[in-house]
Amino acid sequence: MAENEKAKVKKGPSPGVLALRKVVDDVYEEARQAKKRGEPVGWSSSKFPCELAAAFGLHVVYPENQAAGIAANRNGEMLCQAAEDLGYDNDICGYARISLAYSAGYRVGRKYDHETGEFIINPASGKPLKDENGQVVLDENGNPKKDPKTQQPFEELVNINDIEAMPEGEEKERALNALKPIRQNLMPAPDFVLCCNNICNCMTKWYENIARMHNIPLVMIDIPYNNDVDVDDSKVKYVRAQFDAAIHQLEKISGRKFDEKKFEEACANANRTAKAWLKVCDYLQYKPSPMSGFDLFNHMADVVTARAKVETAEAFELLEKDLEENIKNGTSTLPFEEKKRVMFEGIPCWPKLPALFKPLKENGINVTAVVYAPAFGFVFDGLDEMAKAYYKAPNSVCIEQGVAWREGICRDNKVDGVLVHYNRSCKPWSGYMAEMQRRFTRDLGVPCAGFDGDQADPRNFNAAQYETRVQGLMEAMEAKDLAKEA
Amino acid sequence: MADVFTLGIDIGSTASKAVILKNGEEIIGKSLLDVGTGTSGPERVIRQIFEDTGMTKEQMALIMGTGYGRNSIEIADQNMSELSCHARGAYFLLPSVHTVIDIGGQDVKVIQIDNGAMVNFQMNDKCAAGTGRFLDVMARVLEVEVSELGDLAAQSTKRVGISSTCTVFAESEVISQLAHGTKKSDIINGVHHSVAARVTGLAHRVGIRDDVMMTGGVAQNKGVVSALEEELGHIVHTTPLTQYVGALGAALFAYQKALVKAKQ
Repeated sequence: MAENEKAKVKKGPSPGVLALRKVVDDVYEEARQAKKRGEPVGWSSSKFPCELAAAFGLHVVYPENQAAGIAANRNGEMLCQAAEDLGYDNDICGYARISLAYSAGYRVGRKYDHETGEFIINPASGKPLKDENGQVVLDENGNPKKDPKTQQPFEELVNINDIEAMPEGEEKERALNALKPIRQNLMPAPDFVLCCNNICNCMTKWYENIARMHNIPLVMIDIPYNNDVDVDDSKVKYVRAQFDAAIHQLEKISGRKFDEKKFEEACANANRTAKAWLKVCDYLQYKPSPMSGFDLFNHMADVVTARAKVETAEAFELLEKDLEENIKNGTSTLPFEEKKRVMFEGIPCWPKLPALFKPLKENGINVTAVVYAPAFGFVFDGLDEMAKAYYKAPNSVCIEQGVAWREGICRDNKVDGVLVHYNRSCKPWSGYMAEMQRRFTRDLGVPCAGFDGDQADPRNFNAAQYETRVQGLMEAMEAKDLAKEA
Repeated sequence: MADVFTLGIDIGSTASKAVILKNGEEIIGKSLLDVGTGTSGPERVIRQIFEDTGMTKEQMALIMGTGYGRNSIEIADQNMSELSCHARGAYFLLPSVHTVIDIGGQDVKVIQIDNGAMVNFQMNDKCAAGTGRFLDVMARVLEVEVSELGDLAAQSTKRVGISSTCTVFAESEVISQLAHGTKKSDIINGVHHSVAARVTGLAHRVGIRDDVMMTGGVAQNKGVVSALEEELGHIVHTTPLTQYVGALGAALFAYQKALVKAKQ
C-alpha cells in the first residue's frame, strides 16, 4: 500500500491473534492443572527472569496480567476496595491492591438465588436485542430491549476461604460455580512467589505481603534504579549473585536440580519471542499502520506471561505474517481512518478502555508508538547477559535512556504528538513524565498532552477531562500542520 | 460581498457565554449567564444573544461550540476544545500573546501560542485546587462574595500561608485561621497565592513566554492576577472581555471555517 493511502478495516481476529490468545489461556489452564496434580505453582512479577523458573519446569502465573484482566472486566474497583478494607491505602498501585485482595481470598462472584441456584440477572447488562432484519427491538417504553442471551448476573465480592470452609454439598457447589468464569478470577493460589523490583519498588512489599499471607517462600531479585545509561560490571555481578541464590531456592521449591538444557531452551525461546515481538512492533512504522497500536497492549499479555515458551514465539511470527498480509492488501485492524499518529505513554486505563478509545476514534488518532516495544525486545546470551538485560526495565533505567527509547520509536514510527497517561497507580512511571514531556516537545517538536487516570482503579479517571485533552492535542497537531503549510 | 456573521458559544461548568462576530473582526453581540452545562444556561444564553442583537440562527454562517458542555450544544454546527478557543480569542485581543492562562470553574489551562496557534498546553490534574471552584469554596467559608475577593485582598498587610494541594484541607486551614482571629483580607491574600502557586507549577511545565494573558472569569479578581504576577515573575495582561475569550475564539474559528466552506 502506498504511503498515506487510506487503509480498509480488517474485522475479526487474525490467526496470529487467536494463537496469542491461546498461549495466555494455556498458561492459566496449565497452572490450574499443575495445582490439581499437587505441583507447586508460583506467582511472578512481570519482569522476573522467567527463564529461571522454566529451567525447573515450574508453572508460573502473573498477578500484574491478572490484575489488568480483572480491571478490564470492570471488577477493579470491587477488589481495590476490598484491599482498602483490609487496610491497604488507596495510594498503593491498583494492580497491587487487586492482587492483595485476591491473595487474601477475595473473588468476584455472580449473585444467585440460594433456594433455586439460579443467577440473579442485572437488567442493565446485555446487548440490544435485534430482530431478523437486524433492527433493534424496542420495549413498551420505547427503550431498546436487552438480548437475554447476553445479559449477565449481578456481581458481588465473595471469599474463597469462606466457600472452601463450607460443608461439602449442593450449596458449596453452587457457590463455587458462581465464581465469575474468567481465567483471572480462577487463578490458583501460590506455593511460592518470584519478585523482581526492576519494574517498580512497590513490588517488593506487595510480594512480601503475599508470601506472608500464604506463608510461602519469596524469591527476590533486587535490581536498583540505574542512574547510568550502561550497566557496569559491578551491577552485573550484584544481580548475577542473586540469580545463583534464586537457582538454589528454586531447587528446594521444585525438588529438582537446575536443568541447564531446559534453561538454554527457555533463553532461546525468550530471545526468539523478543525478536518476533520487535518485528511486530515495527509494523507500526508503516503509514497508515496495518494495526491499531492498542493491539500491542493486548499482546503484552503474551510477552509478560509466556515469553520463554516456543508457542509464544511462533504466535508472534504468525502475527507478523498477518500484518504482512495487511500491508499487501491495504487493510488494518484500526477501525477508523488514521489521520494522526501518537505515542501513548503509560499503561492504559484498563477499566475504561471504551472511554479511552472513543475520542481517539472520533479524532482519527492511532497509537503508533508505545515504550513496551524496546522495553521487552531484549536479547541475551547466558546468565551475565541476562542480568544486564533485566536491568533495563522501563522504570529502572535513567531518564536519558528512557527518553532515548521513546524518542527513537517516536521518530521511527512517525508520530505527530504524544499522549501521556499520568497513572495514579504508578508513581515511578508518572513521576518523571513532566520532564520527559518537556524533552519530547523540545527534541521532537511535537505537542504533548497529559491526562490523569489509573491502570486499574476507575475512580481516578474522568472521561470528560480526558476528551478535552485529546481534542486539544488533535487541534494542536492540526495547527502545526497549518503553520507548516503557511 | 455580504457580511459574514458567526456565533461562538462557550458552555463551561459554571457559566454560559456567547459572542456574535461580524466578518471575523467586530463583536456585535455578547451574552453571559452564571450557570453552565446541565442547566437552562446554554439555552437561555443563546436566546438572549439573538434577542439582544435582533439576529437569528439562520443569519449565522457557522456556529461553533466550545467549553465543557460543547458536546451538548444542539444549535452548534461544530465544536472545538476550549483550549484552542481561548488561544485564538486571546491572540485576537493581544497579538503579542505567547502564554494564555485560563482559570475556569473546574479546570486550569496554560496554553503556549506561536503565531496565533496553540502549540502546547497543560491542564490541572483531577483536583479542584487552583480552580475557580476553589475560590468559590473559600469565599463561602469567609462569608464574602467571590466578586469582593480582589478588593478585600488589596487591604491585606501580611500574607497567610494556605495549602495549595487540596481544596478540603485548604478550607480547614481557612476555618482555623478565622478561629485564630486572622484578618479576612490576609487570609484571602493567602488563598490567592495558593491558587497562583498551583497555576505557576503548571505554567513552568509548558514554559512561560511573554506576553502572558489571563482569561476566564477569575481574571476579574485583581488579587489573583497580582499574586500570579508575583509567583510567575511576569506581567499578566487581562481584558475587560475576559469571560468571553473562549466564546470569541469559537466565533473566530467559526468565521475561518465558514470562509473555507464558502470557497468549497
